[in-house]
Amino acid sequence: MSEISLVNNPNVGIDKTATGGPYVNELTTLNLGPTHPATHGIFQNILTMDGETIVDAEQTVGYIHRAFEKIAERKPLYQITTLTDRMNYCSAPINNMGWHMTVEKLLGIEVPKRAQYMRVIMMELARIADHIICNSVLAVDTGALTGFLYIFQWREFIYEIYEELCGARLTTNMGRFGGMERDFSPVAIEKINKVIEGLPKVLKEFEGLVMRNRIFMDRTQNVGGISAERALNYGFTGPNLRAAGVDYDVRVMNPYSSYEDFEFEVPVGTKGDTYDRFLVRQEEMWQSLRIIEQAMKNLPEGPFHADAPHYYLPEKQDVYKNMEALIYHFKIIMGEIDAPVGEVYHSVEGGNGELGFYLLSDGGRSPYRLKFRRPCFIYYQAFPEMIKGTTLSDAIVTMSSMNVIAGELDT
Amino acid sequence: MEKITNQQIIADLQSQFGETAIYGIGESHGILQVTVGTDTIVPLIHYLYQHSAFKFQFLTDLAGIHFPDAKGQELGVIYHLHSLENNVRIWIKAYAPIENPVFPTITGLYATANWMEREAFDFYGIIFEGHPNLKRILNMDEMDYFPMRKEYPVEDATRHDKIDELFGR
Repeated sequence: MSEISLVNNPNVGIDKTATGGPYVNELTTLNLGPTHPATHGIFQNILTMDGETIVDAEQTVGYIHRAFEKIAERKPLYQITTLTDRMNYCSAPINNMGWHMTVEKLLGIEVPKRAQYMRVIMMELARIADHIICNSVLAVDTGALTGFLYIFQWREFIYEIYEELCGARLTTNMGRFGGMERDFSPVAIEKINKVIEGLPKVLKEFEGLVMRNRIFMDRTQNVGGISAERALNYGFTGPNLRAAGVDYDVRVMNPYSSYEDFEFEVPVGTKGDTYDRFLVRQEEMWQSLRIIEQAMKNLPEGPFHADAPHYYLPEKQDVYKNMEALIYHFKIIMGEIDAPVGEVYHSVEGGNGELGFYLLSDGGRSPYRLKFRRPCFIYYQAFPEMIKGTTLSDAIVTMSSMNVIAGELDT
Repeated sequence: MEKITNQQIIADLQSQFGETAIYGIGESHGILQVTVGTDTIVPLIHYLYQHSAFKFQFLTDLAGIHFPDAKGQELGVIYHLHSLENNVRIWIKAYAPIENPVFPTITGLYATANWMEREAFDFYGIIFEGHPNLKRILNMDEMDYFPMRKEYPVEDATRHDKIDELFGR
């Protein structure tokens, strides 16, 4: 119990006129975090409690701040990819590809259709992996461990697909400027098809366990709600905003990477409470499966990367035999290629909202300024408002359903 | 409904605020950008917010920036506004001297500006006048400098093979 320290704060909010014993209206300060199993990440909440009820909350963030924006001002563009996947490590491929698309916009590289479809498949798999974590852990926080164990094996399986494509599981560094670093292998295609076939069954099972479960519903309905108006004012994006009833989805509003080719629906909630957020994520997984299915079916033939020798690493065998390939290989690896002057904003629909990249290039090899719009940094500040007046156990569930990723929160 | 063009927005803003108040007009990959003085920020953003057609009611991001060579306008803030109804984005930029980097807060209009402004303060030392809780957010409270300013370069402390001169940089 070392993380939770109970400190009586006798000076705050005592109503001297109240009757009913010495402890009435005495407020308690409760430290939730920085390291606490229920916060799923390193951030602190200093709660002011009146008995069981939360009166006020103050957040402290930045415990794992790693100065990515500063580091990015020194790194060549391609090395920044590894920074992006350390932000939202639950859906790293989306971050990687968002960054790649930002740079491609700056460089004016046209990505072949096959690479775009491959990106869509990987991004949607990442979205499923992200939502599996959020929703199953939300169920765990309400006391249902079984569903989590059923569905988590599929997240593991999705990580195997990442492994097949880029060799890494968590910090993927997937793709390159101009496309993907390698085509889908037969094993990768087989595994993706296995997800399309196998996941629905498990997803249904999970929904059967949790979705209409009386205990789960009682714990999550009307808990941590936010109105559409407040959510917009707080800059909510992604499933959290859609749960409040606003159908803003970057994939639909500003389609990138051929999202306009696919048919899918944007689920919205009505109340913006924890239950709605759960339902929206659940439905998004079904929609993601739909997109993957369509993309696999219509996966175009052709090259899986653009012809951009200044930025796309040549084949290793060419490096040994071909002079130009050797030169480009050296120049790319050493970061000797200057980016054009320009100013770009590009955003993608990340696992938990609009993930934006503002890139200002002064013509050097690294950005002059790079600003990451991290969705959970922006919406996590609404947390005190959402939990005021509720109990501590409700606050835990609310935080869990907001899908706050500490790595992204702190860059 | 017809899509609002950047020209319409510019024409409207210039008729409202005068041609001298809105300058640095440009477009980058379809996103309109304007530069204004620090005293025009709040009236301009408020005007865009409550405008019956534009409705820039979503603050996407707020980024601080440092140009050490621009004398008198070293520190800047870039407001990324988004009109969700029209799906139009606009960047509003403003600059202030580094000796007195004071910007008005827009937390009254957008609750989300709270942490964004704290972040800009944390990394660039930009003061947002009227902010309810302007203190460091990601760095530790004891820090006595603003790390994203350009006078603090990132260095590879242990490496001597990447001397810029040797590479003609």
